[in-house]
Parts: sequence; structure tokens; C-alpha cells
Amino acid sequence: MPSLKEVKTKIQGVKKTSQITKAMNMVAAAKLRGAQEKMEAFRPYTQKFNEAMSNLSGGATTDQFPLMEKREVKSVELVAVTSDRGLCGSYNANIIKLALKKAKAYEDEGKKVTFVCVGKKGFQALNKTGKVRKKYTDIMASFQMFNAREVATDLADNFLKGNSDKVEILYGEFRSVAVQVPTFSAFLPVQPVEAAGQEKTKKISGDYIYEPSTEEIMDVLQPLYLNVIVYQAMLEVGASEHAARMTAMDNATSACKDIVANLTIVYNKARQAAVTNELMDIVGGAEALK
Amino acid sequence: MAQQIRLEVVTPKGAVVSEDVDIVNAPGYGGDFGVLANHAPFLSTIKIGTLTYEQGRKRETLMVSGGFCEVSNNKITFLVESAEFGSEIDVDRAMRAKERAEKRLAQAAQHDEAFNRARAEAALKRALARIKTAKSN
Repeated sequence: MPSLKEVKTKIQGVKKTSQITKAMNMVAAAKLRGAQEKMEAFRPYTQKFNEAMSNLSGGATTDQFPLMEKREVKSVELVAVTSDRGLCGSYNANIIKLALKKAKAYEDEGKKVTFVCVGKKGFQALNKTGKVRKKYTDIMASFQMFNAREVATDLADNFLKGNSDKVEILYGEFRSVAVQVPTFSAFLPVQPVEAAGQEKTKKISGDYIYEPSTEEIMDVLQPLYLNVIVYQAMLEVGASEHAARMTAMDNATSACKDIVANLTIVYNKARQAAVTNELMDIVGGAEALK
Repeated sequence: MAQQIRLEVVTPKGAVVSEDVDIVNAPGYGGDFGVLANHAPFLSTIKIGTLTYEQGRKRETLMVSGGFCEVSNNKITFLVESAEFGSEIDVDRAMRAKERAEKRLAQAAQHDEAFNRARAEAALKRALARIKTAKSN
């Protein structure tokens, strides 16, 4: 039987922990709202962008643009977008697991794999493999478009130099507050965008007037398009991170409550035992005096 | 009443303008261009510069940074990285940004850093566009 004092300290400690987890839960909830708003705000942009891209690529042939060039895949670059901070359940671990799984699958096919890490957690885990080419850490807290551009430009440069023949981006897709799914999507070579609403987009791409020319517009649009993909992934990861942390902290708080309830029972039992012992002592003493 | 065209300016931070307007003047890649109602489908890249539009007697100016614009179905959509109304631009801040960018540009030129140079150049262009937009307002 643990002593009364020990149990009492333990209960207090757990209560303190639950205060922290509860506070973290609320902070995450507030931040999630911010991240979701950011995501909402970005949606019209992506939507319009995709429309324009699908209009454009309808008229364009794919091989004339270096960023669309399909080469024989010898080396694959995996971009793992994770959060900078932990304490969000298995969220980052799931993305890392996916990254390692993909890497292994590619390596089994005899391809070279390199990683690019956006977010500290991914870097910490993947650095052990020794295949990290580049990392971008401590930017997830307040990232802007130019952060995404930096990443996208670097990836494109590397692709154009021929160091990577295929680039995939891995991130946690934000489905809802409760569900975040680790997903991957092809990044380079640029895929022609399929028109989402088939009936809506008439094939009018041929009638467009392009200024200065299709090629030059594509030269500008494709890097921009890559920015958009990276930024989108970062937004998703930002929102997912907070959602995952909210859930994790909620679980932690309720776990704390359970522990406190159990410990209280232990404490009461110990106290009862102490009382009984004392009573027996007193009764024994009184008997002896008779 | 003359015919109008729908103008939408969208940035990564959300839609900035969504209005029916008489005319739009934009800084296109090959020079400024104007778009009126029922323009033919058109796609152009946009430089850092000043976008103006008129709506009856109202005239608005916007500073836009790089992106592209699409005209179709009597609608003109600008997808730009940022857009600010001329009336909202802080000229002092833009001036300071201009000086900073010039300094950085000089530094980059000395050390021959292509990347920093490109960044400083872009910053300078943005600052100049801001000042110009604010003044033309």
C-alpha cells in the first residue's frame, strides 16, 4: 500500500497535467480556426487556378515544357510536409511512416530516393536515414506564400537539373476535425490538369488569345502552380496539425481524469486503512489497561 | 448604361474585389491593356504594377504583384499573389521598403548573389508599384 502522502502528491501532479493538456486543447482549437480560415481563403484561388490550368493544358502539348517532361524514373524525391511541433498524437508519425514505406517501395524497384523535409518533426525522423537533401524547419507556425515558393523553386530546380526524375509530396490531408489522412500526390513532372467539372468547362481553349504566348504563359504558370500545390499542402498540414493536437489533448485530458478517479479510490482505501489501524491501536491499548 | 464586365481579383488570402465594372486597366506582360465588356477570351500574365478599374464615376486603383489574368464569358479574373487598394497603401512604409531594397540590391550586386539580387529586385519593384499606385489614387 502506498503511503497517503505519496498518493496525494500523485493526484495533484496528474491534475496539474490535465490543466496543461486542457489549455493546449483550447489553444489548438483556436489555432485550428485560424488555419481553417486561411484554408478557406485560399480555396477560391486554387479553384480559379485549376480552371485556368485545365483550359490552358487543353491546348498545349506536354513534352515541350521542361517541367512536364516525363523521364525514365531513376531517382525519386519525396517531400514530407509535417508539423514543427509534436504532441499531436500519431499525426506526424503517420506521415513519416508513409514516407518510409514509399521510400522502401521505390528502393526495392532499384530507384534512388531522397527526402526533402518541410517541418521539423519530419526532419528529425527522416534524418536518421541519411537521405535528406534539404530541410525547411520552423516555418509552419506562420508561413506565407513566399515560403512555399522557396520550396517549390528548389524542387523545380533540382528536377530540371536532372537530379530527380519524379517528385512526390506527402502530407496530412485535412478531411475534418476528427479525420486527417496521410496522403501523397504527384508533384513533378507537372501533370496536365483534368477539368474538374466536365460539363462546366467547355473546350474553348483554342479560342483564347494568349499574351505573350502559350509557352511563355506556361513558363510563368507552371512554377506558380507548383507554389500553389506546396502552399496547399502546407495549409492542410497546418490545419491537420492543430486538429490532431486537439484530439490528442482531449484524449490526454480524459485519461488524466480516469487516473485521478483511480488514484482517489486508492487514496480513500489507504486513508481508511490508516484509520482502522489507529482505531485498533486505541482499542488494544484500552483493553490492556483494564 | 454601358455594358459591364465582372471583375474578380483573387489572392491566396481570399477574394479582394468582386464587382461589375465598366473598364479594367491592367499591367500585362507586354504592356498595359484595357478590357471592356464582352472581351474575347484572353489570357495574360501580369507584372507587378497598378491595376485600375472604373465603375461609373468611381475609379479605383489596386497594386498587384505578379500573377495572371483570364477573360472569359464576360468575366475577368485576376489571380495575383497580393493586391492592395491604393487608398490603403502606407506610402511611408513603401518608401522605407524601397530604400531597403535599393540597399540590398547594391549589396547583392557587389557580392554577385543572383538569388538575393532577384529577391531585392522584386521587392524594389513592389515598393515602386505601391508608391505609384498610392500617388495615382
